[in-house]
Amino acid sequence: MESALKRSGLWLAGLLIAVLACAAAVDTGFAIHMGIVGFACIIGLIVTLRGLDMSRAILSPDQGRYDDDVIRWGVIATVFWGMAGFLVGLVIALQLALPVLNLGLEWTAFGRLRPLHTSAVIFAFGGNALIATSFYVVQRTCRARLAFPGLARFVFWGYQLFIVLAATGYLLGITQAKEYAEPEWYVDIWLTIVWVAYLAVFVGTIIKRTEPHIYVANWFYLSFIITVAMLHIVNNLNWPVSFVGSRSFPVFAGVQGALVQWWYGHNAVGFFLTAGFLAMMYYFVPKQAERPIFSYRLSIIHFWALIFLYIWAGPHHLHYTALPDWAQTLGMVFSVMLWMPSWGGMINGLMTLNGAWDKVRTDPIIRMMVMALAFYGMSTFEGPMMSIKSVNSLSHYTDWTIGHVHSGALGWNGMITFACVYYMVPRLWAKPRLYSLRMVNWHFWLATVGIVFYASSMWVAGITQGLMWREYGADGYLVNSFAETVLALKPMYFLRAFGGLLFLSGAVVMTVNVWRTILGHQRDEAPMRDAAFDPAKDRPIVAVAA
Amino acid sequence: MSTHSTYDLLRHLADSWGLVMMTAIFLGLCAWPFRPGARPMNRDAANSIFKDESDV
Repeated sequence: MESALKRSGLWLAGLLIAVLACAAAVDTGFAIHMGIVGFACIIGLIVTLRGLDMSRAILSPDQGRYDDDVIRWGVIATVFWGMAGFLVGLVIALQLALPVLNLGLEWTAFGRLRPLHTSAVIFAFGGNALIATSFYVVQRTCRARLAFPGLARFVFWGYQLFIVLAATGYLLGITQAKEYAEPEWYVDIWLTIVWVAYLAVFVGTIIKRTEPHIYVANWFYLSFIITVAMLHIVNNLNWPVSFVGSRSFPVFAGVQGALVQWWYGHNAVGFFLTAGFLAMMYYFVPKQAERPIFSYRLSIIHFWALIFLYIWAGPHHLHYTALPDWAQTLGMVFSVMLWMPSWGGMINGLMTLNGAWDKVRTDPIIRMMVMALAFYGMSTFEGPMMSIKSVNSLSHYTDWTIGHVHSGALGWNGMITFACVYYMVPRLWAKPRLYSLRMVNWHFWLATVGIVFYASSMWVAGITQGLMWREYGADGYLVNSFAETVLALKPMYFLRAFGGLLFLSGAVVMTVNVWRTILGHQRDEAPMRDAAFDPAKDRPIVAVAA
Repeated sequence: MSTHSTYDLLRHLADSWGLVMMTAIFLGLCAWPFRPGARPMNRDAANSIFKDESDV
């Protein structure tokens, strides 16, 4: 009762601050954002005062040995934001092919929907998957309940507020114009608070552990949490124009600012989309294959090599710019060196299936994991290759980059996340199995074929674009105008959108499957492996007489 | 110290002793799981995720 009173007081104080900030706002965007914050406080207040049990809303079974409620919410949020992010991705892919779909409105223009798509898939879909799986893995590998359960709930809901503020901000035109770091100063501060709480919960659980060794997956999660905190704070050192306004200016200017941005940007790939997802790989692949990781030693070398090399690779985003030449070369050399640990990690994951390769045929979740690792290997080969200056002079600013990003994001991050969701859902809701394994298989093929359409169309588009941009005529003038290159790419844009449609369809199949598993339904279906019985062949081998 | 000489100092530190130190730490960390007697520890760590009958 007393704690409910205290919490209501906090919500009321939050509401009061939001209303005051809304009234004093110097621009509409900030006022709307403070309105959203106030609305969130009202919801929190209602939940507290009415004593609503949030776990009943998602059909949670009784809590077991571990604190899994926040993970269940995280899985639902992952699926929800995934659907939203993929859908917006399809819309903007179609906008590039059919500009009329911009609708002539500022809020639905490509420039505003594009960061909505990238943030929704990376930070909302990927981020929720990372938070949910990290809480799942850290409890089970440390054999300890989550430390600070209240703070863990704050991390989850605080992160959702960050996503809503970021997403609505993009549509309203609130941006600090830094790729993958678009949210403005007050949203950045909020995320910093949430992230420090996340670190406290994660480290607190590790300290509480009853298992002497800290399993390698936790090393990857911890490096992801710490590095993202560091990157986020340094790249968002901005000074607001007004403390009740949404505009701010960065502390770093010119080429220093560009370097800081790509130090952040590439390590967001390296530590958010790679280290964090490798942590999933190092726990869920061995668990699903029911075999330990191929080489624990290799996993440790993989870890330290990623930590020491990734942080220097950012300058390859700034080839042929005002950045000093030696810094560009440094970025290129470290990117090329990164190929080795990346492939070491891929081999480690794939070889875990040594002796159990038949599971690729019979278990569609393992198949998704294998495909994820294959795409991890492919995109970590393609990336270093594109970072080489002579290749980059052709590929940079073209659709090849977009294709590369998506083979990594859809193939590696998407596939491994889907596999983890399918692994966790029956366990989290205490169900004997998934609603349908055959639907997992459908999801696998829809997603795989979708990525193939996406990546191959963007390779063709990117190389076409790069070659057309650099083509000189005999008179020394450029041959093609920009509009001519756009026209040449149009068929590729339709093929890309088709690939995106297939990927989205796969995600719809997953949503149905997860939903019905949570409801406790089980689809009546033929098992995945169905070797026909042949009585003629079902007999012992007779020894041949000498 | 002027800005230029700070840059100069850090630049030379970074590509001499700084580089040597980072490389040595990196190699040491990578060699650590290969020390004699670490084999059973690595095996136990790799299998530690299978110790429980149930993960619920």
